[in-house]
Amino acid sequence: MSGDGLLVAVDSRVHRVPAQVKLVALFVFVLAVVSTPAAAFWAFAAYAVMLVAAVVVAKLPALVVSRRLAVETPFIVFALLLPFVATGPTVTVLGVDFSESGVLGAWNVLAKGTLGVVAAILLSATTGPRDVLAGLERLRLPSTLVAILSFMVRYLSVVSDDLHRMRIARESRGYAGGRVGHLKAVAGGVGALFVRSFERGERVHLAMQSRGYAGRMPLLSVAGATRAQWLEGLTISLVAVVIAVVARLVGL
Amino acid sequence: MCPVHVPDGFFDAPTSVATGLIAAGAVGFSLQRANREIRETGPALAGLTAAFVFAVQMVNFPVGAGTSGHLLGGALAAALVGPWTAVLVMSTVLLVQGLLFADGGLTALGTNITLMGLITVLVGYFLTRAALRAMPRRVGSVVPAATLGALVSVPVAALAFTGLYAIGGAVDIPLGKLATAMVGWHVLVGIGEAVITAAVLSAVVATRPDLVYAARHLQQNLVLVDADGNTSTVSPDKPIAAKPAGRSLGVGIALTLVVAGGLSLFASARPDGLEFVGAKLGFESAAKHSAAGGSPLADYGVSGFGNSQVSGALAGIIGVLVTIVLGLAIAKLASLRAHKAS
Repeated sequence: MSGDGLLVAVDSRVHRVPAQVKLVALFVFVLAVVSTPAAAFWAFAAYAVMLVAAVVVAKLPALVVSRRLAVETPFIVFALLLPFVATGPTVTVLGVDFSESGVLGAWNVLAKGTLGVVAAILLSATTGPRDVLAGLERLRLPSTLVAILSFMVRYLSVVSDDLHRMRIARESRGYAGGRVGHLKAVAGGVGALFVRSFERGERVHLAMQSRGYAGRMPLLSVAGATRAQWLEGLTISLVAVVIAVVARLVGL
Repeated sequence: MCPVHVPDGFFDAPTSVATGLIAAGAVGFSLQRANREIRETGPALAGLTAAFVFAVQMVNFPVGAGTSGHLLGGALAAALVGPWTAVLVMSTVLLVQGLLFADGGLTALGTNITLMGLITVLVGYFLTRAALRAMPRRVGSVVPAATLGALVSVPVAALAFTGLYAIGGAVDIPLGKLATAMVGWHVLVGIGEAVITAAVLSAVVATRPDLVYAARHLQQNLVLVDADGNTSTVSPDKPIAAKPAGRSLGVGIALTLVVAGGLSLFASARPDGLEFVGAKLGFESAAKHSAAGGSPLADYGVSGFGNSQVSGALAGIIGVLVTIVLGLAIAKLASLRAHKAS
């Protein structure tokens, strides 16, 4: 796993929006989507169009976005099951009974889930992990939590690589995993990984202390966002809020 | 298949916001409780533990019958680094997955943290401690104890999911069916979780038993023998005591109550999308009521109040209060027993 998370390193207007603005924008947008009535199809179409526009402006390859949509798969399965298990009046299509509320519910989960995932992909593909953390710090996340987060992000690739090397070592000794007898080998490696990570954490802390760490991490963020940047970054989200409110008021 | 993160749109907006507040409160509370520990050991250790959990969640463990399982890690993390640090660690993992890897919806982040970061950790930890009291006072006892914790923690989280679904699910599925399916499936997942937790924990106990938080109080005294043959016993380092819960808890409860009451106003102000469509299509009268239909909180209104908004807000507040009282009772019970045992 690379230390850059899912960042697609190109330059675009979306990439340049400060991270804290993007975080707020993402949250507001997703909340607007979730509170939209499922039957307001036009609203979801509008959200989708806005998101696609943002993806285009951000110069993200369509293939990358669609591949990352795969995290949604298990819930698509769940959504497709809904029409069969939900209660209420049914419609009969080709001799099969579907629950009407189940069909609507499946649509609800699929539409909102997909929009949420695409919005989250938009954030993670246009903002590096470090910037996300700086944004969270700007948004007044407790400093201890930001510190824990930043150490996690910083050492994620180190720990993953440790794990990878252990797997190579284990498999070259014949424990390819798969059989129950191999559980002990796999778990032994994971236990050793914990001890290694823990000891590395202790060493890092001692090293920090010897360099003058006194319980406060230096701030990550540099500059705040200007009003124009806030306005630019929040455009889509504010429109989404308006759409959600209208959809709620109109009902359909 | 590993148990997955809840995506956006699975729960309605008030439920998402309410679980978000529960999660934020839990993280704030854990920060308070773990504060002294983190000051002593540094944030690097918690961060590395989080990186460890993140990496291990992707490992395939062969758990028998030709299947492999994934680790959720709540109970394991609780046994290894203690419940409050573990809540922080699991929340960190979920936050990074949601923000940097687009895994799990952002509005569902609170739900995910509540289910996988809070419930699995606390249930796992308190069961582990409870089981340890019934077992021989050896560090090795922590393995079966944590196994029990891991086994139960997963179905409990599934049950909590069902409970949330009863309150704020987007589609009405018969609750009995949902609960049976969720708990049934997650008992299997829990068995996998238990097997993996036991295997990993026993590997740690074999090499560095002093690192296992849940068993630190069980460490034997060290026997030192000097050059003249005199023996003396030295007790091992005392674990750093967590900070007692203080004013922050009261503030948190007050805030939660205010917001829950306020949100419920929102929730009941308009019929929800489904009900509205139901009315439009004319089958509302046929719509079945949920299993909680007979309970006094059914349809988020307290009976006996004419004003639906006031009663909705009251229902929200009562719900929060009941949750808090239950939680505190369980915590009190656990700590009473802990005192008795030590």
